[in-house]
Amino acid sequence: MNTLNNSRRNFMKNVGALALGSTLPFSLVELAFAESDQNFTFAYISDAHLQHIKGTRFVRTWDRGLIRAVAETNLLTPKPDFVIFGGDLAQLGSKAELDHGTEILSALNTKVHHVMGEHDYYLDLGEYWEKLFGPQYYSFDHKGVHFIILNSIRTYDDWTFKRWPTSEQRMLEMAGLDNPNGSPFMVGEEQRKWLKSDLAKINKNTPVVVFSHSPLQKIYKGWNFWTEDAEQIQALLKPFKKVSVIYGHVHQIQYNQIGNISFNSVMATAWPWPYPQSYAQAEQYLPKLTVPMNRADPFFDRDATGWQFINLANGRVDLNYTLYNNANRIVRYNTKKKRPEDSAYQGEDARIPPQTHY
Amino acid sequence: MRYIVLLVLGMTAFFTHAQSVNKQSSEIATANPQSNGTANQSGENNLLGLPSVPIPANNPQTPAKIELGDKLFHDKRFSVDGTVSCAKCHDDKLAFTDGMAVSVGHNGLTGTRNAPTVLNAAFNQFQFWDGREPDLEGQSKQPLINPVEHGLAKYEPILKIIRTDSYYPAAFQSVFGISSEKVTIDHVAKAIASFERTLVSGDSPFDRYYFKGQSDAMTDAQIRGLNLFVNQGRCVSCHIIEKDQALFTDGRFHNIGIGINQIQQDIPRLTKAFLEAKNKGGNVDVMVLSDKKSSELGRFAVTDELSQIGAFKTPTLRNVELTAPYMHDGSLLTLKDVMIHYNNGGVTKSGDRVNDFLSGGIRPLNLTDAQLEDLVAFMKALTSSKFSPKDASPAPTQAANRKRNSL
Repeated sequence: MNTLNNSRRNFMKNVGALALGSTLPFSLVELAFAESDQNFTFAYISDAHLQHIKGTRFVRTWDRGLIRAVAETNLLTPKPDFVIFGGDLAQLGSKAELDHGTEILSALNTKVHHVMGEHDYYLDLGEYWEKLFGPQYYSFDHKGVHFIILNSIRTYDDWTFKRWPTSEQRMLEMAGLDNPNGSPFMVGEEQRKWLKSDLAKINKNTPVVVFSHSPLQKIYKGWNFWTEDAEQIQALLKPFKKVSVIYGHVHQIQYNQIGNISFNSVMATAWPWPYPQSYAQAEQYLPKLTVPMNRADPFFDRDATGWQFINLANGRVDLNYTLYNNANRIVRYNTKKKRPEDSAYQGEDARIPPQTHY
Repeated sequence: MRYIVLLVLGMTAFFTHAQSVNKQSSEIATANPQSNGTANQSGENNLLGLPSVPIPANNPQTPAKIELGDKLFHDKRFSVDGTVSCAKCHDDKLAFTDGMAVSVGHNGLTGTRNAPTVLNAAFNQFQFWDGREPDLEGQSKQPLINPVEHGLAKYEPILKIIRTDSYYPAAFQSVFGISSEKVTIDHVAKAIASFERTLVSGDSPFDRYYFKGQSDAMTDAQIRGLNLFVNQGRCVSCHIIEKDQALFTDGRFHNIGIGINQIQQDIPRLTKAFLEAKNKGGNVDVMVLSDKKSSELGRFAVTDELSQIGAFKTPTLRNVELTAPYMHDGSLLTLKDVMIHYNNGGVTKSGDRVNDFLSGGIRPLNLTDAQLEDLVAFMKALTSSKFSPKDASPAPTQAANRKRNSL
């Protein structure tokens, strides 16, 4: 936000007397310089993990994280065109949790598109979620950009339908990390078929932005920073000139470029994940990790969490991270290098040193 | 919408990542025997428990400059009605505060914020409750030309008084080596800042207990309070105690639910209006001190950061017994009220609505009333021997409370 306003101030300084001495309402200054209808902003809030304790009690810190992100998103100027909620609204997929999340999100003054997370899904396979938020996968067009929402956290039918005596246990097994009883996420054949036909109608020059919960790339299987059929999805997206995939789930900042596809992750409002110890074993799949996430300070519940607003400039994604207790960061598509890049910390020597705690 | 492309230009990163937070372990009952350098045998080292005072390279301390600063600090003529000196709100006799909820400037005008003590302000990484100035030099210049404080429109009347005074021309000549014609407000600010850098004070019962190992320096209640302070009370995370010194502040900004709680419905309108006014050249110092609601935006008013809405600087707790009423708006009368606010998790009245922007560090503490009393007792162990209330008259806390109650 300071970025937004500082830039507007700089902008106004740059245009000089026209803006500075004028009494024009602010909004008119924006409009006067508007030119491309492919430039707009939207906000992205993800991974709230609202957790029901019992009765009317929910875990306070997860509530506060989402409440704060919603309140701050409502203050964005200019107002974002829409908000994406990136999945894992609930912790264990219960109606109480999803209802609670719906109530908190109802304070948003902008339309919300929802992405399915595994914590929303594995109790009832998305049945109640669909009643609240609509279909699990669909596409929409906005100001010249084709947006696609996928449910990328499905898995093999055997695991989903045949393995677990209760749906509660199925939910708990999928919620665990490094769980030998878990199963890799995937988009699956049904959605791949739909995606193929959906994309068939789209001009190859149209910017395409895909929202998924899991990365549509393979990073680390044990934590499902992984999508089993990632290569097949990537192949379907390959013919398009400008493709961005934005995903939640990882609770940390990641970005990567595979062929024509830019990948960006978003932060959680609940808690940060560190990088898994065994991450290095999957070197060939590593997204570019220029800055390790600072170790979260357990005193400040919001430390190393955040939310983001996204400028879609000429069909490319600029991800602006609002990070409590940390310097805000921007990961922007570098048109020369043809890949996303952290605006401040590209080089080895520009990395943020980890915080010192005693 | 070309301005979107320019978004990246204004990125400011003002958080430091190398945090020097030194969290205390729970093993605090045993006093730390480490003493701070040069404590003398009689225990009269007024600096016990403090780090060395940071002195800017471009403003070295000299006795003559300090004396000049002292005079300037107390000069009432530097105001539009001839009644307001720095000391009006930072009164030597009231631990360099004024005992009021919010300060009164010229012609009885009131501001929006509680006068912080000048004691140990030399250690602050930011000045003012919202940190809008980085140092004492910058800070000292603003109240002079604020419309609700000294009320001058510009600095010229001050410089004129200095040029025609019987004392100042020779003093500025000897301190800065310049004729009075060449004195600018920056010379004035440097002298005042030098004087303020002498107003440092440690050597409280806590310091003698913790840094000198005098186990009888604090009462049992105060020792229990210290334990709560570093453990269940979670106080020390922001009011920091280090191994060899303690400033009781992290120099950062936090929304703790004071002031902001009363304007929650107005925030969308206020933030927008404030930014628009600021973008049109509005002066932050003037805007936040003349409008109560704008004041409550806190650090946001300075940085435009959404994550700083309602956030104010962590004040030191040294001599806090003497500086009632409390918080940036002086809204809490007693230290017990402060403890209750924190115990409630950021609301003064239990059950009130928590503000959406509350710092992640603030949560209900589940402390008993007896524990809150112990914390209050510990707060009273932070009073420097030099300012021990029994030597001061009238006892500032009582004076402040009396004054408040009669309003």
